[in-house]
Amino acid sequence: MWISKTIFNHFKSRLNFTPNYAPLSLLSPRRFASTIAQNPSTFNSIHDANQQVIDFPGGTVKFIPEMRFISESSPQRIPCYRVLDDDGQPLANNFVQVSEEVAVRMYSNMVTLQIMDTIFYEAQRQGRISFYATTIGEEAINIASAAALTRDDVIFPQYREPGPLLWRGFTLQEIAHQCFSNKYDNGKGRQMPIHYGSNKHNYFTVASTVATQVPHAVGAAYSLKMDKKDACSITYFGDGGSSEGDFHAALNFAAVMEAPVIFLCRNNGWAISTPTSDQFRSDGVVVKGQAYGVRSIRVDGNDALAIYNAVQAAREMAISEERPVLIEALTYRVGHHSTSDDSTKYRPANEIEWWRLARDPVARFRKWIERNGWWNDMAESELRNSMRQQLLHSIQVAENIEKPPIEDIFNDVYDVPPSNLREQEQWVKDTIKKHPLDYPENISA
Amino acid sequence: MLRAIRHKVGTISYFCLIRCLEASYTLFALQSICPAFGAFRAFASAAKEMTVREALNSALDEEMSADPKVFLMGEEVGEYQGAYKISKGLLDKYGPERVLDTPITEAGFAGIGVGAAYYGLRPVVEFMTFNFSMQAIDHIINSAAKSNYMSAGQISVPIVFRGPNGAAAGVGAQHSQCYAAWYASCPGLKVLAPYSSEDARGLLKAAIRDPDPVVFLENELLYGESFPVSAEVLDSSFCLPIGKAKIEREGKDVTITAYSKMVGYALKAAEILAKEGVSAEVINLRSIRPLDRTTINASVRKTNRLVTVEEGFPQHGVGAEICTSVVEESFGYLDAPVERIAGADVPMPYAANLERMAVPQVEDIVRAAKRACHRSVPLAATA
Repeated sequence: MWISKTIFNHFKSRLNFTPNYAPLSLLSPRRFASTIAQNPSTFNSIHDANQQVIDFPGGTVKFIPEMRFISESSPQRIPCYRVLDDDGQPLANNFVQVSEEVAVRMYSNMVTLQIMDTIFYEAQRQGRISFYATTIGEEAINIASAAALTRDDVIFPQYREPGPLLWRGFTLQEIAHQCFSNKYDNGKGRQMPIHYGSNKHNYFTVASTVATQVPHAVGAAYSLKMDKKDACSITYFGDGGSSEGDFHAALNFAAVMEAPVIFLCRNNGWAISTPTSDQFRSDGVVVKGQAYGVRSIRVDGNDALAIYNAVQAAREMAISEERPVLIEALTYRVGHHSTSDDSTKYRPANEIEWWRLARDPVARFRKWIERNGWWNDMAESELRNSMRQQLLHSIQVAENIEKPPIEDIFNDVYDVPPSNLREQEQWVKDTIKKHPLDYPENISA
Repeated sequence: MLRAIRHKVGTISYFCLIRCLEASYTLFALQSICPAFGAFRAFASAAKEMTVREALNSALDEEMSADPKVFLMGEEVGEYQGAYKISKGLLDKYGPERVLDTPITEAGFAGIGVGAAYYGLRPVVEFMTFNFSMQAIDHIINSAAKSNYMSAGQISVPIVFRGPNGAAAGVGAQHSQCYAAWYASCPGLKVLAPYSSEDARGLLKAAIRDPDPVVFLENELLYGESFPVSAEVLDSSFCLPIGKAKIEREGKDVTITAYSKMVGYALKAAEILAKEGVSAEVINLRSIRPLDRTTINASVRKTNRLVTVEEGFPQHGVGAEICTSVVEESFGYLDAPVERIAGADVPMPYAANLERMAVPQVEDIVRAAKRACHRSVPLAATA
């Protein structure tokens, strides 16, 4: 009995077999396996030819007589995957090809996003909407990631990702309705501009709270897994968001639950005025994946094809292997944090300009599609003009539509409106009828 | 998928409502036949007893059995059978996919539960005590309570957050706070506080079936207490309506409102008061949000005096809201100022003698009721 146990443990240590990492199916009692490692008679009784091992909870580890601290940083930073160079030339031929149709559609959406941001930003400056946040510089992340997913994949955005919504067919007019919070806003005027959400497009409503969407995505992924759906969830957050407790809890949990979720970090260098050097002291966000047992990759966020390839591969891994994947997309936040921010106050204006012009992800992708003969100057000016017209028209239309009705203050608090709110709604309506001059004209009772 | 689930839930809620109406009509009928009937908690002759723990366990079991989307998540709920053994046997019966032992991160598992609810599952998230829910309160309020509103009805969150709330025995300040007032102030949440086994079964089932997020405040010291339960209560379709208080004991001189453990104390106080000729009506709130203002006001209009009882801190507490509701709706009926009994305005001390002084005792309720009735005992100086 004792001999066979020694042989078993010897065999185990040879293979570096650790019971807790055994790929058991969900329904097998995984935790009971850990009791095998706890048997005291195996402690210190194993001798490998070269090293001694010990069976602490969590599996065997080798022990060494030298006191070795793991350095706080690697000698080299984790390298960054890219497909196209700054001039739009492929570096190698090992990437997943994108068809002309998909590539042109990606490019058009990136241009649309760029123009949409410029025009809405101006609209806010003119006082027509109260607030806006641009995605300038991050168009590739926005569009290419969405292009690599299917409509069944569930999106949990932060607030700098309207691109996937556009990709999935949310119209510019619907965007305008939300920003003007009129009665056609499918958010019923409940939230500030840029807080879009649409069940139809499998895109969960933006919330202002930072990184709360990260554990939500894990929960949804778990739900997808239980339903055995061929789909994953994806969640976006910034370098700043990765400091939140929710990020750490979510990654840890996703690994333990084996949830099919893609964590896509837009490391754009800035969290309002906080540069990444004040946000964390690790090599960015990608290195945190391994700490939680999450497979990870660092990608050039301004390279649409690299994002496309990485997200597609991550999706495949997430669903077929039932595991979370972390993608850190390095990029630069060309715009200000939002219309409430003037980033020239904390970073040099020439730095911003350099990234806007020399590293524009849209221009870089354009070079590639033009080189393939799929795009030209005429198509470019047509697209830009047409999008500009559409946007200006959408804004004009949205601005003149009525604001939401009074009922929309009181409904959706609960599934069924409670009696106290129904009473209050009635009082408000009666009061408005009785004293119409005390209320603005655009309150429709 | 969300729409299909909502329809299904609607059907269950309707069915539940019918059963609840049947149950309440029966109780009403029995109480009118026999006014003292309210003093007994059962309304059939069956003498079956059940602890609150068994009640919660059976409710969870039945709901998980009826709906495969219901799952339980929390620290120690699986292998350990539940920190307070509420989820005993559930891991063996439903497997680790539906009874999840979580890492120690309340913010994490509350967020994950909310995400699962967003996408159509019906999680029951257990906090080892509601004191730890503070680490997850952003998800409870900002991600769960407000989501249906902020998303204009696109995101419903059929989640239940449950666990022991309020003071236990000898657990000190960070394990003894009552969170009823905090959660009940937030629109979008429903907040329930069961007292008896019947309450525990009926309200937990209602909470799990409800499409809105529900905070379910249990009490550690009540887990082991036994209450008689009728066949009706034991039936797997039993559920109680949310937003309806229960008149545990009818009376005519003073109304005493209470929830959770304090209901037991109020009933004991009512016994003592009865011997001194004061007939107290004890209302078990059951539901803190929505508060059953109708029942409370109807009772005060009958008795003209009110004592509110709670274990939590006094300022901005549940009693304050009840008092305001009565002042707003039934001021003319009050014959005395509203008396408010609450826990002491200090973090809970540990030493047994100090702890006893920091929570309401039966005598405090008796004295308050007498003050409301005769004002014979002078008020203590207030800060």
